[in-house]
Amino acid sequence: MSVEQQDLKLKASENRGKSQLEAGFDLLGWDEVTQGSVLPSFDGDASNVAHQKAEEREYSDYNSYTATVASWRVQKPVFNIDVCIDCQNCWVWCPDSSILSRDKQMLGIDYDHCKGCEVCVEVCPTNPKSLLMFNEYTDLGDALASWPEKKKKEKK
Amino acid sequence: MAITSIKNLKEFSTNNDRFEGAHTLCPGCAHSMIVRELMNCTDDNLVISANTGCLEVSTAVYPFTSWDTSWIHIGFENAATSVTAAEVMHKVRKKKGTLKDGDAPVKFVAFGGDGSTFDIGFQWLSGAMERGHDFTYICLDNENYANTGGQRSSATPIGATTSTSVAGTHSYGKKEKKKDIVSIMAAHGSPYVAQLAPNKWKMMAKGFQKALETEGPCFINTVSPCCTEWKFDPKDTINITDLAVDSLMFPMYEIIDGHELNILYRPKNILKVEDYLGAQGRYKHLFKPEYKHIIEKIQSDIDEDWARLQRREEARV
Repeated sequence: MSVEQQDLKLKASENRGKSQLEAGFDLLGWDEVTQGSVLPSFDGDASNVAHQKAEEREYSDYNSYTATVASWRVQKPVFNIDVCIDCQNCWVWCPDSSILSRDKQMLGIDYDHCKGCEVCVEVCPTNPKSLLMFNEYTDLGDALASWPEKKKKEKK
Repeated sequence: MAITSIKNLKEFSTNNDRFEGAHTLCPGCAHSMIVRELMNCTDDNLVISANTGCLEVSTAVYPFTSWDTSWIHIGFENAATSVTAAEVMHKVRKKKGTLKDGDAPVKFVAFGGDGSTFDIGFQWLSGAMERGHDFTYICLDNENYANTGGQRSSATPIGATTSTSVAGTHSYGKKEKKKDIVSIMAAHGSPYVAQLAPNKWKMMAKGFQKALETEGPCFINTVSPCCTEWKFDPKDTINITDLAVDSLMFPMYEIIDGHELNILYRPKNILKVEDYLGAQGRYKHLFKPEYKHIIEKIQSDIDEDWARLQRREEARV
């Protein structure tokens, strides 16, 4: 599994990953906002959203999918597909919807939305873990190269 | 209603998230785990309202929204009120035939924190329960007002230190017991009331689906460990929930039609409550010799409550 494959990015909008100021919204000031407002999550037809994958949806600029919280992270989880058994524990307990899981397979981590809470590493049942935390600046290739060996069970 | 398969986690994971990332909840917050799970439980259209609280302020940071469904933000006490109003409007417009797609099933869900459920929104929730609308109210119980800096709520258990019940030389933290909200809601005659925890994802998904399918007002209290105010490492959210459920601090059970109590999960090894208390910073002071008796009191309360639950399960009253 190459690094390029693991660095999978799903692009739904061109504004994705940019901060709201760079995106150039025509924002109202605090004293101009009227009481009550509506933020449409989608630009197009949203009637079938439950059956559309994230990359098939037409997100509007108001959807937080187009925003990023990557700057929150100090450590990032790195995913090693060679050890993964696709149990989907990380998917069900990820608080930030940032485990990319498609067709029962774990594909990687959405680094635009991950906050680095480490819950996925805690719930990973494999030996060695298929998700581990590395410093944010660590290169993906270096991280995968330094993956620990399988731990033997301690004799009782 | 189109419920999704929860047979195993692989099948469950084929659902498409309708709760987007980049909300501003703390890293490791259990709120979003619970919300994601509810929204993955069904393919139907959802109308969701949220009380003021952590969930609401962090999922709708102007100009962004994290919700891919209809979502109403309203004042601290009105989640139940607004979602029931939407439900009535839907019913009327369906009858008049003015809906664009009148046959599409819609589910109405309200989310509230424990502050807005146990204290501030209690009267409105009680009213909505009494009126018998078809909706599901989910309380995300993190046992304090975490959004405003961790003040005590009536969901805070005895002995916990919060910013308005500080433990120190003269106090062991909160002195009052937690309100038994599940029994209170069952006493409204609600067709389905339950207490669930996110670490048992299947049980929780089953409970959610049951609540969504049941016609009438349903209430679910979910345990939502708060790493900021309970003072533990964000990565331990699920471990703390495990401890909470296995020490019977949060027994998982459901009450059907106000009398039929079923215990959903019986831990194989019931843990001592010390394990649960010791894992969190908010109970640190209880391990001092002068406050040891509080731990004993908590343990005896838990034992009593567990015995009572089992008797209620047997008696069916």
